[in-house]
Amino acid sequence: MRRRSFLKIAGLGVAAGAIPIARALGRASSTQAAPGAATGKRWAMVIDEQKCLTKQGCTACVQACNKFHNIPAIPDPRHEIKWIWKERHENVFKEAVTPYTPAEVKERPTVVLCNHCDNPPCVRVCPTQATFKRPDGIVMMDEHRCIGCRYCMTGCPYGARSFNFVDPRPYIHGEPVDYPTRTTGVVEKCTFCAERLGVGKRPLCVEACEGTGCGAIVFGDLGDPNSAVSAIVRSHQELVRRRPEIGTSPHVFYIL
Amino acid sequence: MYSLGKILVGLGVFAGLVSAPAWYGLASGSKGTPPELEKSKEGKDCIEPAAYMRAKHMELLDEWRDAVVRRAEHVYVASDGQHHDMSLTGTCLRCHSDPAKFCNKCHEYAGVDVFCWDCHQEKKRGL
Repeated sequence: MRRRSFLKIAGLGVAAGAIPIARALGRASSTQAAPGAATGKRWAMVIDEQKCLTKQGCTACVQACNKFHNIPAIPDPRHEIKWIWKERHENVFKEAVTPYTPAEVKERPTVVLCNHCDNPPCVRVCPTQATFKRPDGIVMMDEHRCIGCRYCMTGCPYGARSFNFVDPRPYIHGEPVDYPTRTTGVVEKCTFCAERLGVGKRPLCVEACEGTGCGAIVFGDLGDPNSAVSAIVRSHQELVRRRPEIGTSPHVFYIL
Repeated sequence: MYSLGKILVGLGVFAGLVSAPAWYGLASGSKGTPPELEKSKEGKDCIEPAAYMRAKHMELLDEWRDAVVRRAEHVYVASDGQHHDMSLTGTCLRCHSDPAKFCNKCHEYAGVDVFCWDCHQEKKRGL
């Protein structure tokens, strides 16, 4: 056999062998977004502190989030897990407090959560991309990839992240819901209810707040000029974001 | 060949040690039969053929995880064209209602740790 014909036959043989391999590798199944999934160019939230103040002591948003996301109630403050909670006004907006600010303003309970920044330091420092920014602006958390290094907690200027120092399951009161709990050694935080947006629902805190008749929390797509958040952002000149000077560009806006 | 005897004894000991698990298995009389798994109560087919699920369920679940958490895709289109919600608790447990009688049983037999249930709920509850 001449070298030329040998190479021809060998080449044909390899090509014939590759067909069944390519078939086996080529998958007939696929994944896709759910029908009716809420899609946005840039999700954002507006919290109206004045409206929130009309309902003294209300924690509907916090309760709804805690229940649905199986957030444990750990008494030791060093081990607390928080996604959305109320913080003293003077701790949230330090730059807005003067020596003459009245005590009742300083002590105002202000709703805080992850700010879903445009330029999130937590994402930048995460060594495993367990936390990442989605194209629609949500700063997402993939607990499967989290190695518990807590760089993100050091990076976050808003203290929006919690670490599971202990097994959270014994501290989840009431019947747990289907949402996965977390495990010792991972960091967690608010995800703007990404799992609900994915099936066309809105974040729980927003629905809970509307449910009380207050409507202090508005959520929507800033990329859609007709959305409620776009209208508020355009019409309110006194909108405030937390610590804008550090350049993270938070997408939770406050009306003080 | 100065130490043929010693070398042969050494090789014999080595072969014995390496094959010890096999001897142990034979001596303890376990036939190595796979465990009896609980059949689906709904009695219908799985989302993919059983042989595929047996061999590749871990790859499938890995893909589900990345699709839902990282790409915000919630629907799995199986090779037969059927649509399924990609949810361990919501979809898999609808038929295999008790992981202790299905997942864990086989994983114990195979000696592979399964830690899905450290976080994911073992019972479908709702909400």
